[in-house]
Amino acid sequence: MINGNPHISREHQAYLQAVKLEQMKIVISRVAILVIFVVGWELAARWKMVDPFITSQPSRIWATLVNLHSEGLLYHHIGITTTETVIGFVSGTIIGTFLAVILWWSEFLSKVLDPYLVVLNALPKIALGPILIVWIGNGSPAIVAMALLISLIVTVISVHSGFVQVDEAKIKLLRTFGATKWQILQKVILPASVPTIVSALKINVGLSWVGVIVGEFLVSRAGLGYLIVYGGQVFNLDLVMTSVMILAIEAALMYQGVIYLEKSLGKWQ
Amino acid sequence: MMEAKVIVEAKDLTMNYHTLDGETAAIKDLNLQVYEGEFVSIIGPSGCGKSTLLSLIAGLLTPSNGAVLVKGEVVSGPNPNVGYMPQRDQLFPWRNILNNVLIGLEVQHKLNDETREKAKELLSTYGLGDFIHHYPNQLSGGMRQRAALIRTLAINPEILLLDESFSALDYQTRLAVSDEVRSIIYKEKKTSILVTHDIAEAISMSDRIIVLTKRPATVKNIHEIRLSCDELSPIKRREAPEFRSYFNQIWKELDVK
Ligand SMILES: Nc1ncnc2c1ncn2[C@@H]1O[C@H](COP(=O)(O)OP(=O)(O)O)[C@@H](O)[C@H]1O
Ligand SMILES: [Mg+2]
Repeated sequence: MINGNPHISREHQAYLQAVKLEQMKIVISRVAILVIFVVGWELAARWKMVDPFITSQPSRIWATLVNLHSEGLLYHHIGITTTETVIGFVSGTIIGTFLAVILWWSEFLSKVLDPYLVVLNALPKIALGPILIVWIGNGSPAIVAMALLISLIVTVISVHSGFVQVDEAKIKLLRTFGATKWQILQKVILPASVPTIVSALKINVGLSWVGVIVGEFLVSRAGLGYLIVYGGQVFNLDLVMTSVMILAIEAALMYQGVIYLEKSLGKWQ
Repeated sequence: MMEAKVIVEAKDLTMNYHTLDGETAAIKDLNLQVYEGEFVSIIGPSGCGKSTLLSLIAGLLTPSNGAVLVKGEVVSGPNPNVGYMPQRDQLFPWRNILNNVLIGLEVQHKLNDETREKAKELLSTYGLGDFIHHYPNQLSGGMRQRAALIRTLAINPEILLLDESFSALDYQTRLAVSDEVRSIIYKEKKTSILVTHDIAEAISMSDRIIVLTKRPATVKNIHEIRLSCDELSPIKRREAPEFRSYFNQIWKELDVK
């Protein structure tokens, strides 16, 4: 396409080629880093430069992965953690947005609750873990509650501030048509805040992972967080590293999914 | 305007704003009358209370004293007889042009096949028929302004309020759009009240110009615009020989220094 088109000037061709070359260099460098890291790790462990008992090594991780796969346990743990995380960030975003609507509806309430929100936002929610376990019980519900709690307050604060920043002139326009408060919410505030809500969702994906893994550390029944804690306790670093690896890949995939969602929603912007 | 019916009237209208910093008198004892079918411009220095006056007529604010009457009735809230066209088009970027135009009908629970067809007709009459499924960001500034006017016309109001509706456009587009808007309003036979601080725009578009004082606003003077050309087009009206003398007179009254 670049070379064959007679309408593209020589200068522009050179420019396009330079851009393409630059992109190739970037991709190659990325792959090189990964390969060097993995190969270096493997060789360092084989040549006893590091102790694979403590650092594990790629070939052992692979073996662990195959093992977990054949036992069928891998998908059990991944499934549990993923479900908890998804429930965590979806409910965090939905409930948070709902609470933000209530605060938008009553300016009085939002002013009254402001200092409480500030304190709750500042509080490291992880400190509430033991309380949740006592209240809700030692299981998945407590883990989901942890994930929800971590994302809820920031969602309320950021979505509410998005609501109040919606252009006054657009609200005024609807009011001249005689719109009710409910109609203003429905027809301007919510649609105008879709980008804010999606960006809250994006942040919540990360927060929900933190909540779920911490929850699994505390509850220790199943899931990737459980595998990590268990592996650490029995000094099976292969299991720990394998779980961390899976976690990294899954978290990245989920984040990309949200970015994809954001793009498909944001086509009119 | 002989024998014409008064359609909008302000009686001893006073509006004060209260904030913690104090009280701002925006409008004080203002009296004016607008006749059915005419195009009136309200001109005054910026910050004098023009937008406040339109908000009072639209029923968005309650006056501190006095009253606004629309068709003889005291305004106490938004009125379907009054359409408002804001500064900038304020089209919603997440709605296509048709759905933007239908929003007033939607809010007023008047959206049905008949009103939808009417809105579509208006869009095609005024050159937007091929763009009803486009989004606002795909249209030029002039087309967006036209869509905004049609959004106001779709609820079929008798009175149009235009609050510096063209001031955000660049000069070329502004001339073209005010020309279009004037001819659409003429064809649709609407009474219109345009707020502006652009003297030339006011003279070129209006039958009458009401000049306001500095804040708190009251009526300083009223000009009947009689140009010797029979043209309706604001662009052509700008070439009338009397244009300059109206301009100078109003310029002096506005006292911008
Ligand atoms: N909501 C408000 N609260 C307090 N003061 C206001 C408010 N809206 C307008 N004002 C003040 O009232 C005066 C008139 O405003 P406005 O009607 O917007 O003027 P104009 O449209 O002629 O520029 C200004 O001094 C402005 O600061
Ligand atoms: Mg104004």
